[in-house]
Amino acid sequence: MQGLDFSIVPEYLPLIGKGLWWTVVISVVSALFSIIAGMGFALIVLYASPVVRYPVRLFMWLFMGTPLLLQLFLIYFGLVQIGIDIPALWSGIIGLSLHFAVYNADIFRAGIVSLDKGQTEAARSLGFGAWQTRLYIVVPQALRNTVPAVGNMMIALLKESSIVSMIGIAELVHSAQLVISETYRPFEFYLTAAALYYVLNLILEAVLGRIERKVELSR
Amino acid sequence: MDIALIGRIIPVFVQAAWTTVQLSLLSLVLGLAVAALIAGLRLSHLAVLRFIGTAYVSVFRGTPALLQIFLLYFGGPQIGIQLEPFAAGAIALGLNIAAYMAESIRGGVLSVDRGQMEAARSLGFGEGQSMRWIVLPQAAKLMIRPLGVNAVALVKGTALVATISVVELTYTAQRFIGSTYKPFEIFAVTAVLYMIMVYGLTLVIDRLDRAYAEEA
Repeated sequence: MQGLDFSIVPEYLPLIGKGLWWTVVISVVSALFSIIAGMGFALIVLYASPVVRYPVRLFMWLFMGTPLLLQLFLIYFGLVQIGIDIPALWSGIIGLSLHFAVYNADIFRAGIVSLDKGQTEAARSLGFGAWQTRLYIVVPQALRNTVPAVGNMMIALLKESSIVSMIGIAELVHSAQLVISETYRPFEFYLTAAALYYVLNLILEAVLGRIERKVELSR
Repeated sequence: MDIALIGRIIPVFVQAAWTTVQLSLLSLVLGLAVAALIAGLRLSHLAVLRFIGTAYVSVFRGTPALLQIFLLYFGGPQIGIQLEPFAAGAIALGLNIAAYMAESIRGGVLSVDRGQMEAARSLGFGEGQSMRWIVLPQAAKLMIRPLGVNAVALVKGTALVATISVVELTYTAQRFIGSTYKPFEIFAVTAVLYMIMVYGLTLVIDRLDRAYAEEA
């Protein structure tokens, strides 16, 4: 038994801080992509022709039923074998974005379906085309109504972004591993990383709370 | 598609899927037991107990499951806890999902109308008796769906223990992607096995939910 010694933690904080920064960047970029792609998937599933719709549904079904880690392995270690070489950072962002896009798509789809039909009818009778109605009338309202559910997904995304460390991206967990390989102090540094995620999570929850209140007021 | 390869690897992958099933079941049992305890703490009259329950949920839901696994497996020996990868994985996953399940259980209990407890108390039932015989049976019905969602998340979450080299489904897939250079064949076999588990579990939950609904 080695015992614990937290006094060496401060010395490595700059390195851990760099990892923390990358966790924030990867999470924010993936969150945006997952929302945009999620809305795209939702619109395709609801309105596109069967030739496009069924492959997208199959893809969504596959990504919902399998773990993120497996998807990352496929994108990073798998695609390169058939000649598609995506750098680790982008593999991580693509994997994380697609994984959560699928869940967001399900939320958006439900949000769109639950909108009052009168909205579409009113827009159409005012001369909007079918896609104009969807983009300018349906999508904004669906986005607004699904803020709490999508927010929960983004909280999950922040935590699951830790998994991209497994394909060698230098984010928070990976930088903790780097320090541990030097100091042989796993408990201290994994705990430090966990504490930082906890703080990030609190900040994200506060931000989401603010957005929710704003959206509630604008209604 | 290399059909011959798929035929050859299926036995190994089914074996690995069985490990995933065992992991899921063990973590599920541990998770439910801890979740019941934590939900009890959160519903307690004592502020201290409520605080402990709330802190547990907040900490385990506020940090990544991957780090919880690493802390137990790699950090454990420093505080005198030495575990095999499989045991460390099952325990960490169980403690993690317990935080989510505790919220599902608490949500179910809180959704039962207060009048049920009041009516039971006024008929002479003690508080524990009212909970046991009046509130919990009604709450159980409301918990099945949310707990089912937690269980499905747990099955997919077991993939994380591949990182501490437990030879489960995702670990096996990674190894074979590396050695066969047939990523899509491997992904297809792995995905089908996960789908059978995930959607099979969903069917069981639907059945349970319907059985309870009819009883009501």
